[in-house]
Amino acid sequence: MSSSSNNNSYNSPCAACKFLRRKCLAGCIFAPYFPPEEPQKFVNVHKIFGASNVTKLLNELLPHQREDAVNSLAYEAEARVRDPVYGCVGAISFLQRQVQRLQKELDAANADLIRYACNTGIPSSALQPAETASMQPILPPVNTRRTHPAAAFAAGSIGDDNGGGFFQPPPYSLPWDDNLSGDIDAGGE
Amino acid sequence: MAVHGSRCAACKYLRRRCPQDCIFSPHFPSSNPQRFAYVHRIYGASNVGKMLERIALLKLDGFENDQRVPEFERSHVADSLHFEAKCRIEDPVYGCVGFISRLEHQIHSIESEIAMTRALMMMYESSLNRQKGGPSEH
Repeated sequence: MSSSSNNNSYNSPCAACKFLRRKCLAGCIFAPYFPPEEPQKFVNVHKIFGASNVTKLLNELLPHQREDAVNSLAYEAEARVRDPVYGCVGAISFLQRQVQRLQKELDAANADLIRYACNTGIPSSALQPAETASMQPILPPVNTRRTHPAAAFAAGSIGDDNGGGFFQPPPYSLPWDDNLSGDIDAGGE
Repeated sequence: MAVHGSRCAACKYLRRRCPQDCIFSPHFPSSNPQRFAYVHRIYGASNVGKMLERIALLKLDGFENDQRVPEFERSHVADSLHFEAKCRIEDPVYGCVGFISRLEHQIHSIESEIAMTRALMMMYESSLNRQKGGPSEH
Protein backbone atom coordinates (compact mmCIF):
# COMPACT_ATOMS: atom_id res chain seq x y z
CA MET A 1 0.00 0.00 0.00
CA SER A 2 1.49 3.29 -1.01
CA SER A 3 1.77 6.04 1.56
CA SER A 4 -0.70 8.25 -0.16
CA SER A 5 -2.24 9.84 2.88
CA ASN A 6 -1.69 13.26 1.37
CA ASN A 7 -2.36 12.19 -2.17
CA ASN A 8 -5.77 12.21 -3.72
CA SER A 9 -4.60 10.16 -6.66
CA TYR A 10 -6.65 7.13 -5.67
CA ASN A 11 -9.56 9.34 -6.71
CA SER A 12 -9.50 11.04 -10.06
CA PRO A 13 -7.77 14.42 -9.75
CA CYS A 14 -10.13 17.38 -9.75
CA ALA A 15 -10.63 19.37 -12.92
CA ALA A 16 -8.36 22.13 -11.62
CA CYS A 17 -5.43 19.89 -10.86
CA LYS A 18 -5.89 18.07 -14.16
CA PHE A 19 -5.80 21.39 -15.99
CA LEU A 20 -2.85 22.65 -13.97
CA ARG A 21 -1.11 19.32 -14.36
CA ARG A 22 -0.35 18.87 -10.73
CA LYS A 23 -1.06 16.34 -8.06
CA CYS A 24 -4.45 16.67 -6.51
CA LEU A 25 -3.68 16.54 -2.82
CA ALA A 26 -6.08 15.67 -0.04
CA GLY A 27 -6.63 19.26 1.02
CA CYS A 28 -7.00 20.63 -2.50
CA ILE A 29 -9.16 23.71 -2.22
CA PHE A 30 -10.55 23.24 -5.71
CA ALA A 31 -11.46 19.56 -5.51
CA PRO A 32 -14.89 19.88 -3.85
CA TYR A 33 -16.04 22.44 -6.43
CA PHE A 34 -14.39 21.44 -9.69
CA PRO A 35 -15.17 17.80 -10.25
CA PRO A 36 -13.32 16.04 -13.07
CA GLU A 37 -16.61 15.56 -14.94
CA GLU A 38 -16.89 19.35 -15.47
CA PRO A 39 -13.58 20.42 -16.97
CA GLN A 40 -14.98 23.44 -18.77
CA LYS A 41 -16.03 25.02 -15.49
CA PHE A 42 -12.46 25.38 -14.33
CA VAL A 43 -11.19 26.27 -17.79
CA ASN A 44 -13.49 29.28 -17.88
CA VAL A 45 -12.77 30.35 -14.31
CA HIS A 46 -9.04 30.03 -14.86
CA LYS A 47 -9.21 31.97 -18.09
CA ILE A 48 -11.00 34.93 -16.55
CA PHE A 49 -9.88 35.02 -12.94
CA GLY A 50 -6.78 32.86 -12.74
CA ALA A 51 -6.23 30.00 -10.32
CA SER A 52 -4.33 32.02 -7.74
CA ASN A 53 -7.00 34.74 -7.59
CA VAL A 54 -9.68 32.10 -7.12
CA THR A 55 -7.63 30.50 -4.34
CA LYS A 56 -7.31 33.86 -2.60
CA LEU A 57 -11.04 34.51 -2.93
CA LEU A 58 -11.95 31.11 -1.54
CA ASN A 59 -9.51 31.39 1.33
CA GLU A 60 -11.24 34.57 2.42
CA LEU A 61 -14.55 32.76 2.74
CA LEU A 62 -15.95 30.31 5.21
CA PRO A 63 -16.13 26.72 3.93
CA HIS A 64 -19.93 26.74 3.70
CA GLN A 65 -19.79 29.84 1.46
CA ARG A 66 -17.34 28.46 -1.04
CA GLU A 67 -19.65 26.37 -3.17
CA ASP A 68 -21.90 29.30 -3.98
CA ALA A 69 -18.87 31.51 -4.52
CA VAL A 70 -17.37 29.05 -7.00
CA ASN A 71 -20.67 28.67 -8.81
CA SER A 72 -21.08 32.42 -9.10
CA LEU A 73 -17.52 32.79 -10.33
CA ALA A 74 -18.14 30.05 -12.89
CA TYR A 75 -21.31 31.81 -13.98
CA GLU A 76 -19.52 35.12 -14.37
CA ALA A 77 -16.63 33.50 -16.18
CA GLU A 78 -18.91 31.78 -18.64
CA ALA A 79 -20.82 35.02 -19.22
CA ARG A 80 -17.54 36.78 -19.90
CA VAL A 81 -16.39 34.07 -22.28
CA ARG A 82 -19.66 34.35 -24.20
CA ASP A 83 -19.66 38.13 -24.13
CA PRO A 84 -16.07 39.33 -23.78
CA VAL A 85 -17.07 42.99 -23.79
CA TYR A 86 -19.92 43.14 -21.27
CA GLY A 87 -19.89 39.82 -19.45
CA CYS A 88 -22.65 39.65 -16.83
CA VAL A 89 -23.32 43.36 -17.13
CA GLY A 90 -25.05 42.74 -20.45
CA ALA A 91 -27.50 40.41 -18.73
CA ILE A 92 -28.04 42.86 -15.88
CA SER A 93 -28.82 45.67 -18.27
CA PHE A 94 -31.24 43.49 -20.21
CA LEU A 95 -33.02 42.36 -17.06
CA GLN A 96 -33.31 45.90 -15.75
CA ARG A 97 -34.99 46.98 -18.95
CA GLN A 98 -37.32 44.03 -18.62
CA VAL A 99 -38.22 45.06 -15.07
CA GLN A 100 -38.99 48.56 -16.29
CA ARG A 101 -41.15 47.29 -19.11
CA LEU A 102 -43.06 44.92 -16.86
CA GLN A 103 -43.56 47.60 -14.22
CA LYS A 104 -45.16 49.82 -16.84
CA GLU A 105 -47.33 46.93 -17.92
CA LEU A 106 -48.41 46.35 -14.33
CA ASP A 107 -49.18 50.02 -13.84
CA ALA A 108 -51.27 49.96 -17.02
CA ALA A 109 -53.12 46.83 -15.90
CA ASN A 110 -53.89 48.41 -12.54
CA ALA A 111 -55.08 51.59 -14.19
CA ASP A 112 -57.34 49.52 -16.44
CA LEU A 113 -58.71 47.69 -13.43
CA ILE A 114 -59.49 50.89 -11.58
CA ARG A 115 -61.02 52.46 -14.68
CA TYR A 116 -63.13 49.36 -15.20
CA ALA A 117 -64.27 49.46 -11.63
CA CYS A 118 -65.25 53.11 -11.91
CA ASN A 119 -67.20 52.48 -15.10
CA THR A 120 -69.01 49.47 -13.79
CA GLY A 121 -69.69 50.82 -10.34
CA ILE A 122 -67.83 48.12 -8.51
CA PRO A 123 -67.04 49.53 -5.08
CA SER A 124 -63.41 50.37 -4.79
CA SER A 125 -63.31 48.47 -1.53
CA ALA A 126 -64.02 45.34 -3.53
CA LEU A 127 -60.92 45.87 -5.57
CA GLN A 128 -57.55 44.57 -4.56
CA PRO A 129 -55.29 46.24 -7.04
CA ALA A 130 -51.77 45.03 -7.11
CA GLU A 131 -49.66 46.82 -4.57
CA THR A 132 -47.37 48.64 -6.89
CA ALA A 133 -45.62 50.14 -3.93
CA SER A 134 -44.47 46.68 -3.01
CA MET A 135 -42.85 46.37 -6.37
CA GLN A 136 -40.36 49.13 -5.88
CA PRO A 137 -37.42 48.24 -8.03
CA ILE A 138 -34.81 46.64 -5.90
CA LEU A 139 -32.16 48.34 -7.98
CA PRO A 140 -32.03 51.97 -9.00
CA PRO A 141 -34.25 52.59 -12.05
CA VAL A 142 -32.60 52.47 -15.42
CA ASN A 143 -32.91 55.55 -17.52
CA THR A 144 -34.82 54.40 -20.59
CA ARG A 145 -32.70 56.59 -22.80
CA ARG A 146 -29.70 54.50 -21.96
CA THR A 147 -30.12 51.27 -23.79
CA HIS A 148 -26.44 50.60 -24.03
CA PRO A 149 -25.23 48.44 -21.16
CA ALA A 150 -22.03 50.38 -20.93
CA ALA A 151 -23.83 53.67 -20.62
CA ALA A 152 -26.20 52.22 -18.07
CA PHE A 153 -23.58 51.18 -15.59
CA ALA A 154 -21.17 53.94 -16.41
CA ALA A 155 -23.89 56.37 -15.41
CA GLY A 156 -24.32 54.55 -12.19
CA SER A 157 -27.78 53.21 -12.88
CA ILE A 158 -26.79 49.61 -12.30
CA GLY A 159 -26.50 49.36 -8.60
CA ASP A 160 -23.94 52.07 -8.15
CA ASP A 161 -23.07 52.19 -4.48
CA ASN A 162 -25.91 49.80 -4.07
CA GLY A 163 -23.71 46.81 -4.48
CA GLY A 164 -24.37 43.60 -2.74
CA GLY A 165 -22.86 43.40 0.68
CA PHE A 166 -25.00 40.30 0.83
CA PHE A 167 -23.25 37.49 2.59
CA GLN A 168 -26.30 35.33 3.03
CA PRO A 169 -27.87 33.15 0.39
CA PRO A 170 -30.74 34.99 -1.27
CA PRO A 171 -34.21 33.62 -0.49
CA TYR A 172 -34.75 32.69 -4.13
CA SER A 173 -33.12 30.37 -6.53
CA LEU A 174 -29.80 31.19 -8.07
CA PRO A 175 -29.10 30.94 -11.78
CA TRP A 176 -27.33 27.66 -11.40
CA ASP A 177 -30.02 26.10 -9.22
CA ASP A 178 -32.72 25.70 -11.80
CA ASN A 179 -31.11 27.02 -14.95
CA LEU A 180 -33.17 30.18 -15.01
CA SER A 181 -30.71 31.53 -17.49
CA GLY A 182 -31.27 28.58 -19.73
CA ASP A 183 -28.19 28.42 -21.83
CA ILE A 184 -25.68 29.47 -19.21
CA ASP A 185 -24.74 26.13 -17.82
CA ALA A 186 -21.55 25.86 -15.88
CA GLY A 187 -21.41 22.18 -16.54
CA GLY A 188 -18.61 20.53 -18.27
CA GLU A 189 -18.35 19.32 -21.81
CA MET B 1 9.60 53.49 -24.71
CA ALA B 2 8.59 57.05 -23.95
CA VAL B 3 7.32 57.88 -20.51
CA HIS B 4 4.21 59.91 -20.00
CA GLY B 5 4.23 62.96 -17.81
CA SER B 6 2.18 61.02 -15.27
CA ARG B 7 1.60 57.33 -14.97
CA CYS B 8 -1.83 55.78 -15.20
CA ALA B 9 -3.35 54.19 -12.13
CA ALA B 10 -2.37 50.72 -13.29
CA CYS B 11 1.28 51.50 -13.83
CA LYS B 12 1.41 53.38 -10.55
CA TYR B 13 -0.09 50.39 -8.80
CA LEU B 14 2.28 48.01 -10.55
CA ARG B 15 5.22 50.34 -9.96
CA ARG B 16 6.36 50.44 -13.48
CA ARG B 17 6.85 52.94 -16.24
CA CYS B 18 3.77 53.91 -18.16
CA PRO B 19 4.50 53.62 -21.87
CA GLN B 20 2.79 55.77 -24.44
CA ASP B 21 0.91 52.78 -25.79
CA CYS B 22 -0.07 51.55 -22.32
CA ILE B 23 -3.24 49.53 -22.75
CA PHE B 24 -4.45 50.47 -19.28
CA SER B 25 -3.96 54.20 -19.32
CA PRO B 26 -7.08 55.26 -21.29
CA HIS B 27 -9.28 53.28 -18.91
CA PHE B 28 -7.54 53.56 -15.56
CA PRO B 29 -6.66 57.21 -15.10
CA SER B 30 -4.44 58.18 -12.21
CA SER B 31 -7.34 60.23 -10.81
CA ASN B 32 -9.15 57.02 -9.86
CA PRO B 33 -6.70 54.57 -8.30
CA GLN B 34 -9.49 52.57 -6.70
CA ARG B 35 -10.79 51.50 -10.08
CA PHE B 36 -7.67 49.59 -10.98
CA ALA B 37 -7.21 48.31 -7.45
CA TYR B 38 -10.60 46.61 -7.68
CA VAL B 39 -10.00 44.90 -11.02
CA HIS B 40 -6.49 43.92 -10.06
CA ARG B 41 -7.69 42.33 -6.86
CA ILE B 42 -10.26 40.16 -8.61
CA TYR B 43 -8.78 39.49 -12.03
CA GLY B 44 -5.11 40.35 -11.82
CA ALA B 45 -3.32 42.78 -14.12
CA SER B 46 -2.34 40.19 -16.68
CA ASN B 47 -5.89 38.91 -17.15
CA VAL B 48 -7.25 42.45 -17.39
CA GLY B 49 -4.66 43.28 -20.01
CA LYS B 50 -5.56 40.17 -22.00
CA MET B 51 -9.24 40.96 -21.85
CA LEU B 52 -8.64 44.53 -22.98
CA GLU B 53 -6.36 43.40 -25.72
CA ARG B 54 -8.11 40.51 -27.31
CA ILE B 55 -11.43 38.91 -27.92
CA ALA B 56 -11.42 35.25 -28.74
CA LEU B 57 -14.26 34.76 -31.11
CA LEU B 58 -15.38 31.32 -30.30
CA LYS B 59 -16.87 29.02 -32.84
CA LEU B 60 -16.81 31.59 -35.55
CA ASP B 61 -17.41 29.63 -38.71
CA GLY B 62 -16.27 26.56 -36.89
CA PHE B 63 -12.95 27.78 -35.61
CA GLU B 64 -11.56 30.12 -33.02
CA ASN B 65 -10.26 33.47 -34.05
CA ASP B 66 -8.42 35.88 -31.87
CA GLN B 67 -9.26 39.41 -32.68
CA ARG B 68 -8.06 42.60 -31.20
CA VAL B 69 -10.69 44.41 -29.19
CA PRO B 70 -11.71 47.52 -31.10
CA GLU B 71 -10.63 50.67 -29.30
CA PHE B 72 -14.16 51.89 -28.71
CA GLU B 73 -15.11 48.60 -27.06
CA ARG B 74 -12.22 48.61 -24.62
CA SER B 75 -13.82 51.22 -22.39
CA HIS B 76 -16.86 48.95 -22.14
CA VAL B 77 -14.63 46.04 -21.21
CA ALA B 78 -12.90 48.12 -18.54
CA ASP B 79 -16.16 49.48 -17.19
CA SER B 80 -17.83 46.09 -16.98
CA LEU B 81 -14.79 44.51 -15.35
CA HIS B 82 -14.73 47.31 -12.81
CA PHE B 83 -18.41 46.88 -12.07
CA GLU B 84 -18.12 43.12 -11.64
CA ALA B 85 -14.98 43.46 -9.52
CA LYS B 86 -16.67 46.00 -7.28
CA CYS B 87 -19.68 43.72 -6.87
CA ARG B 88 -17.41 40.82 -6.00
CA ILE B 89 -15.52 42.82 -3.41
CA GLU B 90 -18.75 43.98 -1.81
CA ASP B 91 -20.29 40.52 -1.99
CA PRO B 92 -17.51 37.94 -2.11
CA VAL B 93 -19.93 35.03 -2.30
CA TYR B 94 -22.31 36.06 -5.08
CA GLY B 95 -20.74 39.08 -6.74
CA CYS B 96 -22.90 40.53 -9.49
CA VAL B 97 -24.71 37.21 -9.85
CA GLY B 98 -26.65 38.24 -6.75
CA PHE B 99 -27.95 41.20 -8.77
CA ILE B 100 -29.04 38.93 -11.56
CA SER B 101 -30.89 36.66 -9.16
CA ARG B 102 -32.67 39.56 -7.53
CA LEU B 103 -33.68 40.94 -10.92
CA GLU B 104 -35.01 37.59 -12.07
CA HIS B 105 -36.94 37.27 -8.85
CA GLN B 106 -38.35 40.74 -9.32
CA ILE B 107 -39.40 39.94 -12.88
CA HIS B 108 -41.15 36.80 -11.71
CA SER B 109 -42.99 38.75 -9.00
CA ILE B 110 -44.15 41.48 -11.36
CA GLU B 111 -45.33 38.92 -13.90
CA SER B 112 -47.36 37.23 -11.17
CA GLU B 113 -48.88 40.56 -10.19
CA ILE B 114 -49.83 41.29 -13.78
CA ALA B 115 -51.46 37.87 -14.10
CA MET B 116 -53.38 38.41 -10.85
CA THR B 117 -54.58 41.83 -11.93
CA ARG B 118 -55.78 40.50 -15.25
CA ALA B 119 -57.47 37.56 -13.59
CA LEU B 120 -59.22 39.94 -11.23
CA MET B 121 -60.46 42.00 -14.12
CA MET B 122 -61.75 38.93 -15.93
CA MET B 123 -63.47 37.82 -12.77
CA TYR B 124 -65.32 41.12 -12.41
CA GLU B 125 -66.12 41.17 -16.08
CA SER B 126 -67.67 37.73 -15.99
CA SER B 127 -69.57 38.64 -12.83
CA LEU B 128 -70.92 41.72 -14.55
CA ASN B 129 -71.89 39.71 -17.62
CA ARG B 130 -73.78 37.28 -15.41
CA GLN B 131 -75.71 40.15 -13.85
CA LYS B 132 -76.60 41.56 -17.23
CA GLY B 133 -77.62 38.19 -18.51
CA GLY B 134 -79.87 37.70 -15.46
CA PRO B 135 -83.59 36.91 -15.68
CA SER B 136 -84.78 38.42 -18.91
CA GLU B 137 -88.01 40.43 -18.96
CA HIS B 138 -90.49 39.35 -21.60
